[in-house]
Amino acid sequence: MSKKLTLALAGNPNSGKTTAFNAITGARQHVGNYPGITVDKKQGTAYVDGREVHVIDLPGTYSLTAYTMEEVVARSVVADERPDMVVDVVNAGALERNLYLAVQLMEMGAPLTLALNMMDEAKKQGMRIDAQKLSSLLGVPVVETVARTGEGVDELMLKAVSTADAKAGKPWEPLAISYGPDLDPVIEEMVALINKEQFLTDRYPARWVAIKYLENDEEMQRIGRPFGAVASELESRAAEVAEHLDATLKTYPEAVIADYRYGYISSILRQGVVSRLDSMQERLAFSDKLDQLLTHRMFGPLIMLGILFLIYQITFTIGEIPMGWLESLFGWLNETVSAAMPDGMLKSLVVSGIIDGVGGVMGFVPLIMFMFLQIAFLEDSGYMARIAYMLDRVFRYFGLHGCSVMPFIVSGGIAGGCAVPGVMASRTLRSPKEKLATLLTAPFMACGAKLPVFLLVVGVFFADNEASVMFMLTLAGWISALLVAKLLRSTVIKGEATPFVMELPPYRVPTFRGLLIHTWERTWQYIKKAGTVILAISILLWLAMTFPKLSVEQIAPFDTQRAAVTAQMEEAKAAGQEDLAGFEERLADIDNVQSEEALRNSVAGRMGIAIEPVTKWAGFEWRTNIALVGGFAAKEVIVSTLGTAYSLGEVDAEEAQPLADRIANDPHWTPANGVALLLFVLLYAPCFVTVVAIKQESGSWGWAIFSTVFNTAFALLVATAVYQIGSL
Amino acid sequence: MSTIIPLRELQVGQKAHISQVTASGELGRRIRDMGLIPGAEVEVTGRAPLRDPVALRLTGFTLSLRNNEADHITVEI
Repeated sequence: MSKKLTLALAGNPNSGKTTAFNAITGARQHVGNYPGITVDKKQGTAYVDGREVHVIDLPGTYSLTAYTMEEVVARSVVADERPDMVVDVVNAGALERNLYLAVQLMEMGAPLTLALNMMDEAKKQGMRIDAQKLSSLLGVPVVETVARTGEGVDELMLKAVSTADAKAGKPWEPLAISYGPDLDPVIEEMVALINKEQFLTDRYPARWVAIKYLENDEEMQRIGRPFGAVASELESRAAEVAEHLDATLKTYPEAVIADYRYGYISSILRQGVVSRLDSMQERLAFSDKLDQLLTHRMFGPLIMLGILFLIYQITFTIGEIPMGWLESLFGWLNETVSAAMPDGMLKSLVVSGIIDGVGGVMGFVPLIMFMFLQIAFLEDSGYMARIAYMLDRVFRYFGLHGCSVMPFIVSGGIAGGCAVPGVMASRTLRSPKEKLATLLTAPFMACGAKLPVFLLVVGVFFADNEASVMFMLTLAGWISALLVAKLLRSTVIKGEATPFVMELPPYRVPTFRGLLIHTWERTWQYIKKAGTVILAISILLWLAMTFPKLSVEQIAPFDTQRAAVTAQMEEAKAAGQEDLAGFEERLADIDNVQSEEALRNSVAGRMGIAIEPVTKWAGFEWRTNIALVGGFAAKEVIVSTLGTAYSLGEVDAEEAQPLADRIANDPHWTPANGVALLLFVLLYAPCFVTVVAIKQESGSWGWAIFSTVFNTAFALLVATAVYQIGSL
Repeated sequence: MSTIIPLRELQVGQKAHISQVTASGELGRRIRDMGLIPGAEVEVTGRAPLRDPVALRLTGFTLSLRNNEADHITVEI
């Protein structure tokens, strides 16, 4: 039995690499993360002739420089995991640019097989490619494939495996390209030095290291520095050459290297590899026609608005249905467990802490699934790139990216969204700074859970202008998100805009299987990761709102009152009085006052009271504070906690009339309080499910905590300003 | 007869050959990775509704870049 082979799949974005990966591994794949960064690590298993092959899907890259995380990952997997074979999926229609990556892989010395993918489209464009010739000129096997239909995939795998077997045990043979009279002599000298010092030669070919130093590659410099003298010698040699090239040719090594690489590629392609049958007549492809409409000056934005609105509608109207089922399921579970377990702490923990907590998380799953399904459709069809293309000019002004629009809208850019899928939608952004600014500001939007609070407060103070105040709140969300993004991008996430240079892939009908796989893997990641952390936090919040409990002495007066009322009720009953509702009401009142007292006594309550000196400037007293602390669990909780704090018992967020009356009649509450509370709820810390999602997408708890602290401070500032001005 | 003009000035539907790419650093790398190198033929296929970014056709694929990024590229018509 021969050993298990490892095969890495490389390729440009939009080359059909992911489709090929799906075709090769089928459902036998799983997704993880590379430690510390948010690049997906996809792996799978394939069987070739009954032999098990481990397949690693490298992130899609155009090159192997060190500017993006994707490239660093692709490079280090090849260098460190030493796959037995690298299969480079190239888009046959754009062969020249796609071979740029292939050549760099060959320079690393990796054993390579080329998958000449999308052959059907290339043929339709009138291209003829001589695969045999390409194979003999490059010295690597070339197999024609159409990954969408699976055509050629079996052959590709057979070829890759047999070539890997033939090369097994032999050293890698890096390709050496000439980089011209200015660089070649320097490369020779650097190679000699590297070989003499055995500098990194266990990981990379000497020539590759030399080229990376000439390209001024930060990652290579970082790896090299601990080696001391050799590294600094190489760096200074590279700097010398750069200076020389600048002085004599007004250019720099990186540009020269790229030119020679492309030169090498076109010298191969020109030897009769590619021929265009109707090269004279550039046919206006179907995709271009679509673009004339879909990115039209006037119709383009209109159609885009329509599509974004449709996505929002589908996510929240259709997603609502299974969400309702899940809610009923957890409601039923709640009731069943409540009935089965004896009263006490354990029951309260299981029911309020665990079941409600997990139920809250699982409730988001249908929304996330529907949203990801549609995003996968937009991405795979090529429309997502057009959205970015059309909106980039607007968003760039605020330090964001055209793709930022999706997270904003899903988060509640159209009131009623949800920041959890919104933050997760920021995954489509490939520019790290813009992505971070997007996911930190998306939670400012008017999400669905904030609406009950808005409706309550607006209903009390602005009953005549409900619709327009609600609209202004949605607008306030957008304005805050954009301005804060601008602020963040000029302070903590400062830096040049990431280059926009982006491919506009031709429109394609996505494959059903691809859509399902993408949707499922993203949803499952949410369930798995968020589920564990969120369960822990919801238990913590339950503890904070439950403990410490009222002492026996504190409960005693309530018991006495209850006993008195019960005694009176018994008397009345004995006297033949029919209507006992008044007594029952008084009993309920006592219970509610006790709940208020218990909440006030809990850790959360004490926190609410402790921060009153600060929040009073924004017009919030301790009752509101507790509700806002509870709102960190989920914004829906604000209304019900406020109800408990006002001794009204548990208030249903949907029917909060008693609470509204209570607030309306409270002299403490003025319209200034109302507006301050509205803006605070709109802007303060995202709910913890969102915070966990931010951690997941930004790859660090630091940013998750930042969003909690910064947003709360920002909200408090705004609320205080509004309240102080309003109370003048 | 050929003139060298900045890529930004190319009209929609106009074709040209790239004569020089002056961008360095990350932008320069991105531009070259995408095959925008001296000699390559480009055609402006469209502009976004706000006239920026611009869509370019190269052999076999379309890409978009911002006007201020296009300023680093000159073309020959």
